[in-house]
Amino acid sequence: MSPLLDVRNLRISFPSRQGPVEVVRGVSFTLGRERLGIVGESGSGKSQTGRALLGLTPPSGRATADRLEFDGVDLRHATPKTWRSLRGARMSMVMQDPKFSLNPVMTIGKQLIEAVKLHGGKAEARDKSLAMLEAVQIRDPERVMAAYPHELSGGMGQRAMIAMMLVTEPDLLIADEPTSALDVTVQIEVLRILDNLVTQRGMGLIFISHDLHLVSTFCDRVLVMYAGQVVEEIDAADLQNARHPYTRGLLNCLPKIEGGVRPLPVLTRDAAWLKAGG
Amino acid sequence: MTIQSEGRASALPGWLFKLGKLTATVAFTLFGLLLVTFLIGRVVPVDPVLSVVGDRASPSTYEKVYLELGLDRPLYEQFYLYAKKAVTGDFGESLLTKKPIISDLARAFPATLELATVGIIIGTLLGIPAGVWAAVRQGRLIDQLVRIFGLVGYSAPIFWLGLMGLLLFYAKWELVAGPGRIDISYEYSFTSTTGLMLLDTAMQGQWAAFRNVVSHIALPACLLGYLSMAYIARMTRSFMLNELAQEYVVTARVKGVAEWRIIWVHALRNAAVPLVTVIALSYANLLEGSVLTETVFAWPGLGQYLTNSLQNADMNAVLGGTLLIGIVFVGLNIFSDLLYTLLDPRVRTRL
Repeated sequence: MSPLLDVRNLRISFPSRQGPVEVVRGVSFTLGRERLGIVGESGSGKSQTGRALLGLTPPSGRATADRLEFDGVDLRHATPKTWRSLRGARMSMVMQDPKFSLNPVMTIGKQLIEAVKLHGGKAEARDKSLAMLEAVQIRDPERVMAAYPHELSGGMGQRAMIAMMLVTEPDLLIADEPTSALDVTVQIEVLRILDNLVTQRGMGLIFISHDLHLVSTFCDRVLVMYAGQVVEEIDAADLQNARHPYTRGLLNCLPKIEGGVRPLPVLTRDAAWLKAGG
Repeated sequence: MTIQSEGRASALPGWLFKLGKLTATVAFTLFGLLLVTFLIGRVVPVDPVLSVVGDRASPSTYEKVYLELGLDRPLYEQFYLYAKKAVTGDFGESLLTKKPIISDLARAFPATLELATVGIIIGTLLGIPAGVWAAVRQGRLIDQLVRIFGLVGYSAPIFWLGLMGLLLFYAKWELVAGPGRIDISYEYSFTSTTGLMLLDTAMQGQWAAFRNVVSHIALPACLLGYLSMAYIARMTRSFMLNELAQEYVVTARVKGVAEWRIIWVHALRNAAVPLVTVIALSYANLLEGSVLTETVFAWPGLGQYLTNSLQNADMNAVLGGTLLIGIVFVGLNIFSDLLYTLLDPRVRTRL
């Protein structure tokens, strides 16, 4: 079976005064109906990779690739119409902070129903939305439907966001640091909901995070990105046996309850990593 | 459902509280306004007695009127009397027209109101789309054109634009009627009820007179519309640029929302919140009586009335007009505040 997503040599550059700066430099991977984690520090290009898959590279940037295919559709030359038929219906994205990613002057219900209506199902849009809110374990969906984003807590908002992105039953979900704006206690809850829904519906998931530990427990496979390149691709279960010095460095930085080194080692970077490539 | 009605019930005292606060604010503002206009009337070097009795009155007449006007009493008492009269709408008589100020204002204000309203409608209807368009095509040709067009509106003196307009559209091409609100031949073909000629003629079915009024108002209203458009378009552009960079716009794109809907529904709905204030302020600006426009177009409005009164040291008229402008300003501010609350759910709950 051909993979859901096939990315070969993805490059994203932004213009600057010193000429174009490449923030993603030749990323390649394939994704089936599985959970793929992308980890890396700030500025490693993981978010831009995620956005490029949805054609949402900011207008000033330029994304090129040797191959960028979603379920047999070439995304490199997709027309706005193609994009609209894919986005929402077949691929969607949960963003970092529900405070900013939900429209502040529209009720949750209106935003949810809009998503349903865009991809057919006008008649039962409301029922579908209510059912979806229940699926993300919101106890009184009627109230949440009538609420504005600022009236919800972060955890509730993110659950509503997940509901909005999954209500159309897409094949691929990109979760761009979906829990980093939430309280630690709520994080686990939201992740569990996300995990259940993704597994139940058999979607492909790209989970972007800077939290190596979280990614390893939550995903099947992990891509480690450094400076716009994939430095290591590894099964989540094998993460302890990672070979690349950057991944090892990241792992060593994590505090351990027993047998840890104090102070924690500082991440060392090697200029050679920049050239090596994944 | 029960929870929802509970939410409504708990919101009610908030509204009541807001209403009380509003009333207090308005009362306080108007009181301040009255005090300031009163003090202005007392400090200007115009002798109110002389304006009434004239230069050649005998000392005894002067003395009599001096007492009649209550000028011998302490200042606070004078203010009390002034305020008491002002509340009932009595601002005294105009020296110039020999009529009560209030009836003068009732005649002049609708002219300004009509002109300003048509002007702001033109400005808003053109300014918002122009601003949105410029924001969406930021840095492109259309954006530059809107900015240049706006810049001209900002910087060209309005009397010059008005005169050029009259020269071209009225004198040369005869597309519109000349100065004034209406031709004299139509002036008595209908009865004035609201004072807004467009409304009066339309309601009484006097279509010939209506067309004449439209022809008269077209040029000055377009001119004022252009000025407010320049401002509204510029502000809309910057608000829209700000909104289009927000994350919820990305969310809408991810959902597959059509681009026009993202711009005109998602982003503009958010940009509308600060825009309300911008539009209300430019409307207030036009309502204050655009003195220059009214002068160029011989428009018998508030601006012209005030200028004439000032030049003739008719202080009663000036104070009455100033107070009216103040009231309009306060009223518009309240109105835009209310609209603001209506448009932005975040403000609504914070009350």
